[in-house]
Amino acid sequence: MATLTSKVPSGPLAQKWEKHKTEIKLVNPANKRKYEVIVVGAGLAGSSSAATLAELGYKVKSFVFHDSPRRAHSIAAQGGINAAKNYQNDGDSVYRLYYDTLKGGDYRSREANVHRLAEVSVNIIDQCAAQGVPFAREYGGLLANRSFGGAQVSRTFYARGQTGQQLLLGAYSALSRMIAQGGVEMHTNSEMLDLVVIDGHAKGIIVRDLITGKITRHTADAVVLATGGYGNVFNLSTYARGSNATAIWRAYKRGACLANPCYTQIHPTCIPVSGEYQSKLTLMSESLRNDGRIWVPKKKEDARKDPNTISEADRDYYLERIYPSFGNLCPRDVASRAAMRMCNEGRGVGETGLGVYLDFADAIKRLGEPAVRERYGNLFDIYHEITAESAYKTPMRIFPAVHYTMGGLWVDYNLMSNLPGLFVLGEANFSDHGANRLGASALMQGLADGYFVLPYTIGDYLAGQKAGSRPSTDRAEFKEAEENVRTMTQRFLASKGREPVSHFHKRLGKIMWEHCGMARTRESLQEALKQIPALKEEFQANVKVPGSGDTLNQSLEQAGRVADFIELGELLCRDALTREESCGGHFREEYQYPDGECKRDDENFGHVAAWEYQGEDREPLRNIEPLNYEFAKMSVRSYK
Amino acid sequence: MVANNSTKSFSVTLRVWRQAGPDQPGKFVDYTATNLSPNMSFLEMLDVVNDDLTLKGEEPIAFAHDCREGICGTCSCTINGKPHGPGKGVATCQVYMRSFREGDVIVVEPFRAKAFPLVKDLITDRAAFDRIQQAGGYISVRTGAAPDANSIPVPKNDADLAMDAATCIGCGACVAACKNASAMLFVAAKVSHLGLMPQGQPERDKRVLAMVQTMDEAGFGNCTNQYECSAVCPKLISHDFIARMNRDYVAALFRAKFKPVSNSSGGGA
Repeated sequence: MATLTSKVPSGPLAQKWEKHKTEIKLVNPANKRKYEVIVVGAGLAGSSSAATLAELGYKVKSFVFHDSPRRAHSIAAQGGINAAKNYQNDGDSVYRLYYDTLKGGDYRSREANVHRLAEVSVNIIDQCAAQGVPFAREYGGLLANRSFGGAQVSRTFYARGQTGQQLLLGAYSALSRMIAQGGVEMHTNSEMLDLVVIDGHAKGIIVRDLITGKITRHTADAVVLATGGYGNVFNLSTYARGSNATAIWRAYKRGACLANPCYTQIHPTCIPVSGEYQSKLTLMSESLRNDGRIWVPKKKEDARKDPNTISEADRDYYLERIYPSFGNLCPRDVASRAAMRMCNEGRGVGETGLGVYLDFADAIKRLGEPAVRERYGNLFDIYHEITAESAYKTPMRIFPAVHYTMGGLWVDYNLMSNLPGLFVLGEANFSDHGANRLGASALMQGLADGYFVLPYTIGDYLAGQKAGSRPSTDRAEFKEAEENVRTMTQRFLASKGREPVSHFHKRLGKIMWEHCGMARTRESLQEALKQIPALKEEFQANVKVPGSGDTLNQSLEQAGRVADFIELGELLCRDALTREESCGGHFREEYQYPDGECKRDDENFGHVAAWEYQGEDREPLRNIEPLNYEFAKMSVRSYK
Repeated sequence: MVANNSTKSFSVTLRVWRQAGPDQPGKFVDYTATNLSPNMSFLEMLDVVNDDLTLKGEEPIAFAHDCREGICGTCSCTINGKPHGPGKGVATCQVYMRSFREGDVIVVEPFRAKAFPLVKDLITDRAAFDRIQQAGGYISVRTGAAPDANSIPVPKNDADLAMDAATCIGCGACVAACKNASAMLFVAAKVSHLGLMPQGQPERDKRVLAMVQTMDEAGFGNCTNQYECSAVCPKLISHDFIARMNRDYVAALFRAKFKPVSNSSGGGA
């Protein structure tokens, strides 16, 4: 059984991080270059940590499956990044950001981590502005803010609808600088396919070069995974097609615990699905909810009518009606489920009946079309490209879609997993967002982890490792891991099946969405747990992977990722089944208040569930880390 | 008004560049794509064609893609002779089949340029862009060393212009469209983004000189002011930035010749 010690420092909440920084061990500047750190992934968390570790003097090897680190999916984040700067003088503070994030997460995150996140949020904005990130400005030249869900202050910094892109390019520029200086050895087109564990410590990885097919061993003093979330387990999501869970899943199979996989975020404002061939769902930024009003017709028979012909009196602005104090800006899980309830009542709009309106008519009347265009023009353009409709003239149709995963590899306060030497950052870990993430907090967490947390905490681990003691790649553990990768690759290529990989990914996605999506029940989850192992068997017997392993082979890459998604999907359902409560993004129909809100069970489930792999055919072990709230009180979340 | 989204299915012929590797000969191969919906994206159409090829035991067409929402810059097909295809201000992944009609022959090629060596089929190696960035596409600010963000006011217009340049997704369409395979629009966007902001001033001269030099060494051609680049740019970045970079470059060259340099200039870490 894994030992899960959170290592949260003692003392008052607001002083824990300061105190911890003064107490953890340091590596002296001359010794830092004797340590090598592997960083896998080059999104916000990966790029920022690789750059910062190299600036400190560590030797960094960075791996990314993309052809350039600038392409990681952080780049697609649209709306913004939160920070408790209180530049608006509207009553914001570190405490409020901490409290909003904790409450938004439905009291399932680790209190001390969340407070630290709020503390360092202000440094992130300073750092990014200094890097030249072109944040939106007011006429006086100072930074502008917008509002996001789950908060009653304006604390979101943004760069048009491309904030993720600009922040990632900032981190990429810092990374590029360190590559040029020799501090970072960059490996693009390189996919991590296994973790090497030696004497209980993570000490290396096995990598496949996606262009040549060459499989190589890499040793290090510590391994950092910043490989993002696992939302593509649902097949259709707002993730990039390449986003995958392979790195964290293979680490799980080497002993790292996977925490709260059932906490998945369904984003309320995405463009609805249009057909079977669909490969991806596109998000319409939450920032649209600043000015857009969400509604469905009051009467079912109006659901197929041209929305512009439906009178005000016949419209139900249901978020404003149900949640008057937060209105259209209630948190994502709340807004998504409300949309689902409206559609279940038969009032959903569009051809499929799976959609609600997001209407800008009032905003255009109030602000004028040019002002709306300036704020949201690029989002309206995206909407137009996909649907061939103009949101200036007719309301957008939106529907919830999988967008983010709050669960991930278990980490302690130092962001180290239960496997010593393995650090996990950004969306790949589990700690800061609890059961639901607030908008504009993913960018904040990725950069907090990479710029301001890991660079301090990794020293505490490395100081305990003898400089120059990293193992040789000739060790048996490396050989075994490489063999493991080769066997997997060869098995796929040798399979004489009849269906392409995508066939299985689509079927997995359907099982997950239908049985473990926005609403889950004991029966639906039990059904999923029957169907997924059957799908896994069928996949192994019937997948067809053309081509060879010693060249670029996208089918082969996809086969490995889908194999992992199938297994992870099963664990996700198992986690959802055992968590007999509703909280945040995890909604069990059996556990709800009469008004349809989440009914938590703090007494029995006020904990983190961290799953531990026990072998191919054995049930995983469910470890528990109790969430001891010293400062906040777990209370019923209300946005009414 | 709800747009007239016909859902009638149709077929097209794809004429696709197939090349197993950089040292192998390449050729066009025709495929028929049937049962297409106008609401399908161009890449979703390729997905369907690839699944069919897989079932037939043939090797699928390798093409680069990732975010499928026009921001990561991975996708890079030249469609009917135009990088990123028929749309304006969109990437390949944002092209929808409603742009095509029954019976169309659609020619699909990689982004061709000497500095973008071919990897396989429709995929090219654009690492030269990364090398240009490494030469100077950054502001040297160590993590933790930044002043309060509002201590550096930036005039709104400068910030907006910088953002116009910074929206570049690094796809390389500008290079593929240019008869000289010039990367001037890409480099100008990068140089201008940082050069327009006060934070970017200390390294402004050094940056433009180093990035242009690396661009030249990578084998990109020169600009002859035809502006195919901005016409195909998925972010519609203006060629005005090229003029701006040229001014920056000349000024930096001039200053590099005449600016006094301290004898102890090695002191800065």
